Amino acid sequence: RMTMSRALMHFNAASRATNPPLTFTGTEIEEQVFIADTHCMNVSAGPTQKMNLFQSVTSALDNTLAGDPTAVIFGEDVAFGGVFRCTVGLRDKYGKDRVFNTPLCEQGIVGFGIGAAAAGATAIAEIQFADYIYPAFDQIVNEAAKYRYRSGNMFDCGKLTIRAPWGCVGHGSIYHSQCPEAFFTHCPGIKIVVPRGPVQAKGLLLSCIADQNPCIFFEPKILYRAAVEQVPTEAYQIPLSQAEVLQEGSDLTLVAWGTQVHVLKEVAAMAQEKLGVSCELIDLRTILPWDTETVCKSVVKTGRLLISHEAPVTGGFAAEISSTVQEECFLNLEAPISRVCGYDTPFPHIFEPFYIPDKWKCFEAVKRMINY
Amino acid sequence: MLAIISNVLRGTASRNGARVVVSARTYADFTPQASFDIKKCDVHKLEEGPPLQAVLTREEGLQYYRTMQTMRRMELKSDQLYKQKIIRGFCHLYDGQEACAVGIEAGINLTDHLITAYRAHGYTLTRGGTVREIMAELTGRRGGIAKGKGGSMHMYTKHFYGGNGIVGAQVPLGAGVALACKYLGKNELCVCLYGDGAANQGQIFETYNMASLWKLPCIFICENNKYGMGTSVERAAASTDYFKRGDFIPGLRVDGMDVLCVREATKFAAEHCRSGKGPILMELQTYRYHGHSMSDPGISYRTREEIQEVRSKSDPISMLKDRMLSNNMASVEELKEIDVEVRKEIEDAAQFATTDPEPPLDDLLRGTNPWTKLKSVS
Repeated sequence: RMTMSRALMHFNAASRATNPPLTFTGTEIEEQVFIADTHCMNVSAGPTQKMNLFQSVTSALDNTLAGDPTAVIFGEDVAFGGVFRCTVGLRDKYGKDRVFNTPLCEQGIVGFGIGAAAAGATAIAEIQFADYIYPAFDQIVNEAAKYRYRSGNMFDCGKLTIRAPWGCVGHGSIYHSQCPEAFFTHCPGIKIVVPRGPVQAKGLLLSCIADQNPCIFFEPKILYRAAVEQVPTEAYQIPLSQAEVLQEGSDLTLVAWGTQVHVLKEVAAMAQEKLGVSCELIDLRTILPWDTETVCKSVVKTGRLLISHEAPVTGGFAAEISSTVQEECFLNLEAPISRVCGYDTPFPHIFEPFYIPDKWKCFEAVKRMINY
Repeated sequence: MLAIISNVLRGTASRNGARVVVSARTYADFTPQASFDIKKCDVHKLEEGPPLQAVLTREEGLQYYRTMQTMRRMELKSDQLYKQKIIRGFCHLYDGQEACAVGIEAGINLTDHLITAYRAHGYTLTRGGTVREIMAELTGRRGGIAKGKGGSMHMYTKHFYGGNGIVGAQVPLGAGVALACKYLGKNELCVCLYGDGAANQGQIFETYNMASLWKLPCIFICENNKYGMGTSVERAAASTDYFKRGDFIPGLRVDGMDVLCVREATKFAAEHCRSGKGPILMELQTYRYHGHSMSDPGISYRTREEIQEVRSKSDPISMLKDRMLSNNMASVEELKEIDVEVRKEIEDAAQFATTDPEPPLDDLLRGTNPWTKLKSVS
């Protein structure tokens, strides 16, 4: 903790001393926001194109609109391309009756999407920021998630997919940085997916659209431009509810999703270099229903688990993972399961660098677990 | 020593000299007040609207001019600071809409209550904030009006409830404040603002119902600047007559670029509320020169010509200036002097905002449960 506050004091002093603009381009922070996979896993071969995250989303939506005549995309400002450019060019290509704007009404957007999906259209709804999804919470939890169950499988809104930009972005503050996946994991009947990069995003999004259940697809907004990979131009799917082991290890299991996966990649490298500790890194990918088998098998092997996410620690999804793992692997555990998450405060404006579970906090937790 | 004294005396003499030139014209030559024709307001479920003439005194005119000019320069300075990355995060600028904030404030008292959405810098100023505090809040420093923790969208003063990021969420809050006003019996009311985009949110209609049912002293004001982010009102709303959307609530459509029109309408609405008739709805037709926020250039969904046209024909500050000059209520020099003073005030505020230190780390915890041990690592 002393190391951290000293680092922060240095950060403050530096910015005050020279008063430079606080730029996030090309500084330490942005370079390590995204670390590309060393090799393409589980994805079919075929012609690829260099794409960033929002372009890979556009590509997935393009494939969908081309292959499925019932597919429609709607949300606030999607017609001109969307505030994050995820739907650029689609309206011109497929027509204004397939890609259209909605007024400013999240509850209405999701409710409308549920109805459209129940009637047979592949409905892809965009919520402009995950922070704005709460007016639609009732529709998602009470309508979408329970439709198939309460109608005895007579109706379902499985063709509904909700997409929303998610996570911290460096300057988002309270209402442009939230990670609300934990609120929805408490609701059986929906699926929640978070990709870590362009290749994953396209495959997972296409799987969500194809899936017979309503899905929420959270896209890490800080990676929209920062994450660039060679992405196949054809459609392909990455299976849901399958976590991916990015790096094999023997001493400690690291679990995260979205942007935090890249932070833990660095932590794994630091642990190897400075402590000689071999970490196994798992990207959860699907948050609900999550891949208990992969995580538990890994913990049985290593004996230690660290879970990290940006959302506040109390009631965050790490708590659920921790609880399940201690039930299944109690006797294999060498140290208590560690959760490195955000503080239990609203997402701060000026204190963001202190709030986020950065690599130093995670590294500290790794050290403590190894020396337990 | 003598040189210093003589310099000082010469200085005062020249200053006095300049003032002599101005003050010779202040009292004798200027018209103390004048009456202006203002646009008729369209009404909904009302027998009559606000008066068609407004009286403006010289003092009022100069005060409105100063406030609007301060607001304008403050927003332009914020634009500059944002481009220099001294202000970060989200910044929604209010220039073009100054007549709304100033006109509304002129129609109510400082003891009344006001709540608005995220385009709040103008209201923070009229509700008692200083330019220094506002700019320091934008840069996230401890001298900011919310101690640097709120930023652009979350500024508050006594009787001003912000500054709210979630679109439409502030409207039910405003009705709640109005209920408190009615309950406490102090003859206060609540002005509850929202935009043309928010007018399509469900909770607004829930609020109309509650306010009308319980006859709450609430003035609902829709600031219609023709675009909800990048979507024009025609493409977002089935009915663009926002003043009629309250259905059972009486409504007024007001020219939001004319500060006198806004003032008279607000006075009319305040009278309606204070007499116990329940809520009233006002639609202010206004325009913003900047884009939705600093990340929006503002020209991909509207033409530069349109912005230019509004600037040249309906700019609120120019309109007031022309009115005062053509009726000999002020001189060009006097207004220029105000401009210079305003510019200086903004420069000082910007300087303060750039050099003030950031809030201390302890502030991260203040405002949440102080007895909870905050953990980031379990």
